[in-house]
Amino acid sequence: MRVMEAMRLAFHTLRTQKLKSGFALIGVFIGVTFLIGAWSIVNGMNQYMVDKFAGTIIGVNTFHLRRRPNFTPNVDDSTWRAWARRPRITFSDAEAVAEGIDVPVITAWQSSDNVTIEANGKEVRDADVTGATERYFEIKNLQIVQGRAFSAQEARRGVPVVVIGHEVSEKLYAGLDPIGKSLRIRGEPYRVIGVVAKQGKLFGFSLDRFAVAPARSPVQDQVNPPGVVDALIVKASSVELMREAMDQATGIMRSRRHLRPAHPDNFVLETSEGVLSFWAGIQRILFVIGPGLVTISLVVGGIVIMNIMLMAVAERTREIGIRKSLGARRADILRQFLAESAMIATIGGALGIGTGILLSILVNVATPLPATVSPMSILLGVGLGGGVGVLAGVYPASRAARLDPIVALRQE
Amino acid sequence: MTRGGAQEFRTGDTPLPDIVILTHKLTRDYDMGSELVRALRGVDIQIHRNEYVAVMGPSGSGKSTLMNLVGCLDTPTAGEYWLNGQKVSDLADDALARIRNKEIGFVFQTFNLLPRASALHNVELPLIYAGIGSSDRRERATHALTRVGLGDRMEHKPNELSGGQRQRVAIARALVNDPSILLADEPTGNLDSTTSQEIMGVFGELHRQGQTVVMVTHEADIAAHAARVVTLRDGLVATDQRKAA
Repeated sequence: MRVMEAMRLAFHTLRTQKLKSGFALIGVFIGVTFLIGAWSIVNGMNQYMVDKFAGTIIGVNTFHLRRRPNFTPNVDDSTWRAWARRPRITFSDAEAVAEGIDVPVITAWQSSDNVTIEANGKEVRDADVTGATERYFEIKNLQIVQGRAFSAQEARRGVPVVVIGHEVSEKLYAGLDPIGKSLRIRGEPYRVIGVVAKQGKLFGFSLDRFAVAPARSPVQDQVNPPGVVDALIVKASSVELMREAMDQATGIMRSRRHLRPAHPDNFVLETSEGVLSFWAGIQRILFVIGPGLVTISLVVGGIVIMNIMLMAVAERTREIGIRKSLGARRADILRQFLAESAMIATIGGALGIGTGILLSILVNVATPLPATVSPMSILLGVGLGGGVGVLAGVYPASRAARLDPIVALRQE
Repeated sequence: MTRGGAQEFRTGDTPLPDIVILTHKLTRDYDMGSELVRALRGVDIQIHRNEYVAVMGPSGSGKSTLMNLVGCLDTPTAGEYWLNGQKVSDLADDALARIRNKEIGFVFQTFNLLPRASALHNVELPLIYAGIGSSDRRERATHALTRVGLGDRMEHKPNELSGGQRQRVAIARALVNDPSILLADEPTGNLDSTTSQEIMGVFGELHRQGQTVVMVTHEADIAAHAARVVTLRDGLVATDQRKAA
């Protein structure tokens, strides 16, 4: 009996025993669903973290010179207190570093806080108000869709002009042209000169509820003590240049602060790698838990299949006897039962792949995660599913193949 | 004296080409743990081509054991068994399966059809294990079913057929590979007397067409259909009688 014949027979048997086969394939189904689904979601999260989260918060090939890290998961109290004792980054620090770096970079100051913005009797609460220098827009990749950004002169002279986010524009001006209109940032009047293209959301938070004004304008009083910035942002055109710029920035800052070689830095250069290392930690945990869960469900699935196959062999002992009396060899019987268990597992795996893909599409639609099904996971799903089926079928099938035809025929 | 009128066979001999079944001092012991059951104690039988033989005997006489050995479902403890010129008593498992497939057509008391398969598929089974392609298989199975008068019942499942019809399907299945012997074990044991006569009619017809038939039964009126009756008692051949033609 050739393999095709065994497959056809297995298919026929499964079709006549739908319920039992359905139960048999649940374990593998769940295992493969989880494999495909979890893999694609982790993939999506990874892409999200790298592209959007890290890119939006810090930016590519960009570092921030700060008093302390901005992105600080799991920090104990004593570290916090140590950070709080550090000197702040001043205007002159920022100027010295920006001028001192001799590789080609672009720089901008940044100081932000959540402040209420008002105009026409309307207000936007908790807007992200930033005091910055003129290249901030370029570094942050903010596209001005209406009006213009502020100029270097405006930044230097601290002219009270402001560029606002899409949401602020919508809320305050409701479709009217905001350019040239005035608004108040905690009472201080500003003239709107530009609107930034819609950014969307990140983890459910709006990226469009913000306003950017020159750092030397009165906005400074809202975001920081006089003469202090949150960060100097430095963007290079490549990782290598960024590293060099970071070395130079460290040198400049250490000499300005008269730090001896034994003293640690009392400032920090934060890159997107720092943010991503936190994510990498989570990912490491997922990479341990994920395969573990998949393995457990596939093992359970395999045991279920083995049990059902053992039951089938016991139930069909007489059939095996009949087949043997008609000339079936051991290999024929072995193939028949192996084909059956492999087919159960493969169908379970195929259903799992389908459900896993559906799951990832659902995640894609319902959440901001760009979940993508990796072809590798499908391949693995098919392989693991079929493999589990064959493995789980070996013992029952060899038992069936070894049955004595006389004993088997006597079975009622 | 030679049994059944055949010539004396000695170990080392080869049977004449005309002899389909030859057993020489065929012995089968069963080790039941505490005791050794000697089911066959040295059976010598020779059956020629196109003979119609009934094997009789009370229960425990060894006729089922002989049936299993002749059907290549079992191997003897000692002695020789030649089937169609080939010594099969010392063949291994898979080789015996080959022999069962090619040389033997079984008909059982309980029919032993696959309940979920159609009559046609049941008849096709031996051809599947013979490695014959599906269209050829279908043709031969159809022919075999037509031969036993079931050409119009081919797609029926066993539970949609009467007892006599089921046994006809089993006979068609036994014949489909053109076996050397048709081996029937109490073929009428589960049938009423009218149907039994019908089935005996089929056997008689097959015999007339040249088929060698060996039938185990404990019913004298069924055995009476055969041309030769071998009686076993206590694992030995007690009587071996030919009917005058």
